[in-house]
Amino acid sequence: MEKIGSVLVVGGGIAGIQASMDLADSGFKVYLVESSMSIGGVMSQLDKTFPTNDCSICILAPKLVAAGRHENITLLINTNLEKIDGNPGNFTVELKQRSLLLDQEKCTGCGVCAQECPVEAIDFFNEGLSNRSAISVKFPQAVPLVFSIDQELCIGCGFCKGVCKAKAIDYTLEDKSTTLNVGAIVLALGFDEYDPGPTQQYGYGKYLNVITSIQFERILSASGPHSGLILRPSDGIIPKKVAFLQCVGSRDKKHGAEYCSSVCCMYTAKEAVIAKEHMEIIEPTIFSMDVRAVGKDFDKYIERAQNEYGVRYIRSRISDIKEISETKDLILHYENEEGKVISETFNLVVLAVGALPNHSTKALAKKLNIELNSYNFCKTKPFSPVESSREGIYVCGMISEPKDIPETVVEASAAAGAVNILLSDVRNTLVTEKELPKERDTIGEPPRIGVFICHCGINIGGVVDVPEVVEYANKLPDVIHAERNLYTCSADTQTNIKEQIKEHNLNRVIVASCTPRTHEPLFQATIREAGLNKYLFDLANIRDQCSWVHMHEPEEATEKAKDLVRMAVARARKLVPLQEQQVEVIHKGMVIGGGVAGMTAALNLANQGFEVFLIEKSKRLGGFSNNIYHTLEKHDVQELLKDLINKVKNHKLINIFLNARINSIGGYVCNFTTNITFGGDKQKKEFQHGIIIVATGAHEYQPKDGEFLFGKDERVILQSDLEKILFTEEEKIKQLNSIVMLQCVGSRNEEHPYCSRMCCSEAIKNALKVKEINPNLNITVLYRDIRTYGFKEKYYNLAREKGVIFIRFKDEQPPEIKLENGNLSIYIKKRDIGDIKINADLVALSAGIVADGEANENLAKMLKVPVNDDEFFLEAHVKLRPSDFATDGIFLCGTSRGTATIRESIAQAMSAASRATTILSKDILKTEGIISKVDPALCIGCNRCAEVCNYGAVGVKYEEGLMISEVNPLLCKGCGDCAAECPAEAITMSHFGRIQIEPMIAEAAKVTVADGRPRIVAFLCNWCSYAGADLAGVSRYQYPPNVRTIRVMCSGGIPKSFILQAFLEGADGVFIGGCHLGDCHYIAGNQDTLRRTEEIEQIIESLGINPARFMRKWVSASEGKIFAETIKEFTEKLQKLGPIENDYKKEKKEIKKEEKKEIILTE
Amino acid sequence: MVFEPKILGFLCNWCSYAGADLAGVSRIQYPTNVRVIRVMCSGRVDPVFIAEAFMNGIDGVLVLGCHLGDCHYISGNYEAELKMKMLGKVLSMINFADRVRLDWVSAAEGNRFAEIVTEFTEHIRKLGPSPIKNDKLKKQILDNLSATKFALCDSRLRALVARQRELTTEGNVYGNIIPIEEFEEILDNAIENEFIRHKILEKIKNEGKSVPEIAKEIKIEPHKVLQHIVTLRARGLVDVDQINEEIPTFISIKEV
Repeated sequence: MEKIGSVLVVGGGIAGIQASMDLADSGFKVYLVESSMSIGGVMSQLDKTFPTNDCSICILAPKLVAAGRHENITLLINTNLEKIDGNPGNFTVELKQRSLLLDQEKCTGCGVCAQECPVEAIDFFNEGLSNRSAISVKFPQAVPLVFSIDQELCIGCGFCKGVCKAKAIDYTLEDKSTTLNVGAIVLALGFDEYDPGPTQQYGYGKYLNVITSIQFERILSASGPHSGLILRPSDGIIPKKVAFLQCVGSRDKKHGAEYCSSVCCMYTAKEAVIAKEHMEIIEPTIFSMDVRAVGKDFDKYIERAQNEYGVRYIRSRISDIKEISETKDLILHYENEEGKVISETFNLVVLAVGALPNHSTKALAKKLNIELNSYNFCKTKPFSPVESSREGIYVCGMISEPKDIPETVVEASAAAGAVNILLSDVRNTLVTEKELPKERDTIGEPPRIGVFICHCGINIGGVVDVPEVVEYANKLPDVIHAERNLYTCSADTQTNIKEQIKEHNLNRVIVASCTPRTHEPLFQATIREAGLNKYLFDLANIRDQCSWVHMHEPEEATEKAKDLVRMAVARARKLVPLQEQQVEVIHKGMVIGGGVAGMTAALNLANQGFEVFLIEKSKRLGGFSNNIYHTLEKHDVQELLKDLINKVKNHKLINIFLNARINSIGGYVCNFTTNITFGGDKQKKEFQHGIIIVATGAHEYQPKDGEFLFGKDERVILQSDLEKILFTEEEKIKQLNSIVMLQCVGSRNEEHPYCSRMCCSEAIKNALKVKEINPNLNITVLYRDIRTYGFKEKYYNLAREKGVIFIRFKDEQPPEIKLENGNLSIYIKKRDIGDIKINADLVALSAGIVADGEANENLAKMLKVPVNDDEFFLEAHVKLRPSDFATDGIFLCGTSRGTATIRESIAQAMSAASRATTILSKDILKTEGIISKVDPALCIGCNRCAEVCNYGAVGVKYEEGLMISEVNPLLCKGCGDCAAECPAEAITMSHFGRIQIEPMIAEAAKVTVADGRPRIVAFLCNWCSYAGADLAGVSRYQYPPNVRTIRVMCSGGIPKSFILQAFLEGADGVFIGGCHLGDCHYIAGNQDTLRRTEEIEQIIESLGINPARFMRKWVSASEGKIFAETIKEFTEKLQKLGPIENDYKKEKKEIKKEEKKEIILTE
Repeated sequence: MVFEPKILGFLCNWCSYAGADLAGVSRIQYPTNVRVIRVMCSGRVDPVFIAEAFMNGIDGVLVLGCHLGDCHYISGNYEAELKMKMLGKVLSMINFADRVRLDWVSAAEGNRFAEIVTEFTEHIRKLGPSPIKNDKLKKQILDNLSATKFALCDSRLRALVARQRELTTEGNVYGNIIPIEEFEEILDNAIENEFIRHKILEKIKNEGKSVPEIAKEIKIEPHKVLQHIVTLRARGLVDVDQINEEIPTFISIKEV
C-alpha cells in the first residue's frame, strides 16, 4: 500500500504540540486534533513550572502561536477521533468536530459577545473558582483565539449574534465530519486529575477550605480568579498555615491508583515555594511519605524549599481531616518523628491530586484497537516507550505513564522520531510551499506608507475616535494613504490592503489594531503576497494597549492612538527589507557515545537514510548497559544490547569508530567538520556533518576507599556487583542469610547533591531477584526516600509483600557499618523505636550515577555548550527543550544530560534524533531575518559582544592581523543584546535597531498628556512584558493613558542610550519591562538588563535626573494585573516628582554635552 | 392620626388612563392618595422607575395597563407582567414586594379603577409607612433599594427579561422552547446574584472591607461573598484596597 506523508496527532497539550512541531518541521503535513477549544493542555493552567519557577504561560504561549501558524499544521479544535481504518503508513481516519456555532474563520476573538451573554457558568479553566459566559474562550492566550458557544448552557437568546460585528455567529452550524488519509497517528491524550470529590476524601467538596492542587495553581496564577492573591475559599482571608497533602489518589489502592503519579512531590514543593514568594506570612507544611525528587536539579529545589523558604516537611500520611465549623479551619492529626501523635490546625489544605488516565483513553483504545495496561494507561513496548501495541500508532506523554513536562516533551519528539522512520520515504510529499510573487526592489525609493486603522468592531472604535486618527495619520510625513476598516484582519481587508499597495505604489504598511504578537504574521504574509518584503511592516497596538485599557478616557485614548500611529510611522520610515539567508545542509550526523542512547539515535537517523558517524571512546559498544542484566520490569537488557549492536554494525549508513578521540570540531549547524583519532592504530579521519548528538553517558559512582568499608571488606560490594552475582553465580546467594542494601551512596550528598533516579529501582529489582533465588533470605533496604516513581511503585509494593524490609534513616544520620568479630554489623539510629543493629552476610551499596566530569568539560569546550554544577550537560531549556542545546544543530540524550533509566535514555535518543531531523530533512536551512550585523569599520575588537551572547553567535575573529567581530547569521536569534552592549556602536540589530527605535523614542517622548500627567516611555520585551501588557488589555485592567510603549525583542537589547535619549527628548519617566530572571526567551538577556539598570541609574543621577524616574520591573506574560498596577504606581510616583524640567539645574544644551561625555566614560 | 400613604400610579394611555378619566366623568369618588404618571404603555414602566420611587419615599406603586390581549401595542402588557414579576422577585428580598401592584383597567372600567385605588390605598395603609421613613432603618433600606436599582440596570438581567416571553413561548434561536421553570431558575439566579453583587458594591463604595466584614453586613455566607468579589473583580468593578496582615480589603473602583 502506498504510504502517506501526513500524520494525525491527537491531543493538543504540550506533548501533541511538540510532536506536531517536530513532524511539521521534518517535512510532514500534520493534523493536530484537540477535543477542547484551544491547544495548550494542562500546562496552560499552571502558574509556574519546577524546578526553575519559569512562568508557564510565558514559555508556552510562543509555542502555541508557532504551532497555530505553522504552514504544515492544521489545527482541528473541538474535534474527536471517531474511526480508523487501514495499515501503518496509510490510515483512514474519521474525525468529528462539534459545532462551535460560529464561523472560526470569521471570529476575531474580540470578546464582545462574552460580555453581553446573559448566562453565567462555571469556568472550568479556573477549576470552578470563577465564572464565565455561555459563549467563551478557554483562556486569554488561547490558540486559535476563537470563541465558542457551550451548547449545554446556551439559552439561545440571540444576543451574541446581535453584537457580533464580524458576523461570525451562526446558530445553524452543525457538527462536521471529516475523513483524512494519514500515514501515522500520534496519541497525546494526557491525563485527568484525580477527583477526591465523589468520596469526599479528606472532606473535599464538604469542607470549603480543602482544595486540590490544580485549584491552588489557579489561585497562584496572576491571571487566575484572585489575580495572584492567595485567598482561602471560605472567607477570602490569606491562609497563614497551609498544609499540602501528598499522594491523594496516588500510591493508594483504595482511592485513586496504586502507582505513583511522579509529579506531585515536585509541583507541591513548587506551590509551597511560590505561595511563600507571593505572601511572606504563609507557612507551608508538606505531609508526605517519601519525597520523590528524581529529576535533574530537583533535590536542590527541595533543599531550597526547606532552607530558603522555610517549607516544613513532615513524614506522615494524613488519614483524616476535621473541620472547625466556626472558623472553617482544619485539624490534622499526624505522627511525628518521635512517634507522638500531634494535632495541628491549618487554615487551608491543598490536596496534591495524582494523575489518572484520560477519561477518553479507554474508549479511544477500543476504537483504535490498541492495548492498555492494568492501570488503563497505554501499553508500550519495553524498550520502545513510544510504540503502542499497534504498528503505526505512537504515544507520548502522560497517556502511557505519569511523567513530568520535560519527559513528556522528550517522548513527544521521540514519537515524531518513530514516525520519521516509518514515513521517511514520503517526506515532503504533502507539504506545500506558497507560490509568492517576486519581491519588489524598494531600495532607494522614498518611503510611501499606507496606514490601515482598525475599528475592531466596537473594541477600538467604541473608545478611540477612529476617523480622527485616520485624518491625523493622513497628515503624517510620507503617509500616502490612510483608511479605516471594520476588521483589518478579515479576509476582504487583506485583498483591499493588496489593492491599495498596488494603487498607491506603497512600500511600507502600518496596521493600527491589536497586538503584533498574534497578528503581525498575518499582515506580513499579506504584504508579501503583494510583492513587498515582509519586514516593511509595522503594527501599532491601539487595542490591547490602548482602547481596552483606557475605556473611560476616550479622548486620552484617541490621543494615545494617534501617538502610537505616529511612532509606528517614524519607525516604518526607517524600515529596510531583510533577507533570510539560506545555507545548504549536509545530510549527515555525528553521534558521540556508543551506549544504548547513542546507538538508538544513530539507528534512528540511519533508518531515515542519513549517514551517521558513531564515535565511541572505549573499545566496545554498549556503554554502562553492559553491566545490566535485566530491568525492574524483568526485560532482558543483554538481549536488547545484542540486537542494537547487531543492527548498528550491519547498517550500511553507520560508520562506527571505536577507541576514538575527538581532536577538533569546527563549523556550525548544517556544516560541521570533525577530526578524530580512532582504533588501536590511531588512525586519523576528518568528516563533515550537519548535526551533532551528544550521548556520552555517565558512570557508576566508585565509593572512596573505606567508605562503608568498601574495598576494606570483600562482603561490601556495589549493587551492580550484586546483579552480576545474581545472574552468574546464583549458588552464592543460596548460602547467605542476610543482605543489607544501603541507598544513596554517592547521591544526595554534598559532593553529588542530586538523586541518581534509578538506585531505588535497582535495589528493589535485585531484592526481588534475591527473594526469587532464596525466599528465606533476610533483605533489609536502608533508605532515605524510596523513589519508585510511576509504575515502578508496583515493584516496591511487591518487594514489601515478599518480605523485604525497608528501614528509613535520616539524611543527617547515615547508618554505620562496623566490623565486629569478623561480622558485618549495621547500626541505624531511629528516634521513635530506638537504635537498630542488623547483622549482614553481604552489604550492597547502591552507588549513584556520576557524570564523567573531565570528559564532559572537554567536550563542552569543543562544542561551546554548557555543563551544569554536577557536570552533566545543560540543555537549552529544562522544560521545553530537553533534547536541544542552546547552540543550533547540537543535541543531547541519555545520561550525559542527567540520570535516566534505559527506557528513558531510549526515548531521549529518539527525541534527539527527531530534533536533529528537523534540520537534516531540509536541503536548505533558512536563517532568521532579524539578526545583528557588525560594521567592521567601527569594531574595536573588545569581544564584549561574545560575552553577552548566549548562543555563541558573535565574537571576535582574527583576520589578516585584524581583530574584528563577526555575527554568524545561522546562530543569531536576534535578541540585540550584543548591539546594546557594543561600546563602539559597531553592531546593529536589524528591524529593532537604533535606526528604527530612536525616531520612535523621539515621538514617544514628545507627546502631550492631559492633566499634567507624566510622559512615560516604556520599553517592553516581546515575550513576557509586552505579552503581560496585552493581557492587561484582554482582562480590561485599566491604567493611566500616559504611557507610550516601544516593543523590543528582548530587554537585553535595549542600549543605555535609548533611556538617555528618552529623557533628553522630554520623557518624565522611562520604564523597562523584561521577563523574570530565569524566564528570558533568549536564555539570560535580562541578566544584562539587570546589570545595565544600575549603570543607567548612575548615569541619569549624574545628569541631575532623579533615578526614581527610571523603573525596571520584571513582568511575566500572565501578570496583566501587575503591569497595570505598575504603570499606575509609576505614574503616581512621577506625578509627585513633577515634570522632568524640575530636575534640570543646568541649561539643556550643557546637559546634552555632558551626557555624551558620560556615555564614553561609563562604557 | 390616620396614616395617609403616598401612592404613585403608572397608567397606560389607552386603557387605564382612559378608565381613570371615566371615573372622573362619572364622578366616582376614590381616595386622594394616588399621584398619576401617564405612560404610553404599561410595558414602558421600567422596574428601575419603581425602585427610584421607593428611594424617594413613595409608600406604594400601582401599575395599571390594558387587559391582557387588549394592548394597544399588541403585547406590551405581557412584557409589563414579566417585568413586574422580575421586580417582585428582587423586592421580595428587601420586603417591598407587597408595595407594588400590577393590574388591568380598561377604558370602560371607571368603577374598577376607583375600586383598585381604594383597595390598594387601604392595603398600603395597613402595611404602614415605607420603612425608609424610619430614621434607624433609613440607611439600610436606601442601600438595599440602591442595590435593587443597580441590579435592575444590569444589562444581562434586562436582556434575559426582554427575551423571556419569546424564549419560553415562541422558541429560541435554535427553534427550541425553553420550559418556563427552567428559564425562571436561570432568571432567579441571575436576579439574586446581581442584587447581592450590588449590595456588596454599596457596602464597599467608600471604604475597603474584608470578605467577613461584608458577609456580616449583608448577612450572606463569606464564601459566597468571595465568589461575587471574584466576579466583580473580573468585571473591573472591585479591586483590592489594602492588605493588613492576612486580611485583604476590597473596594469598589468605579461609579456604577
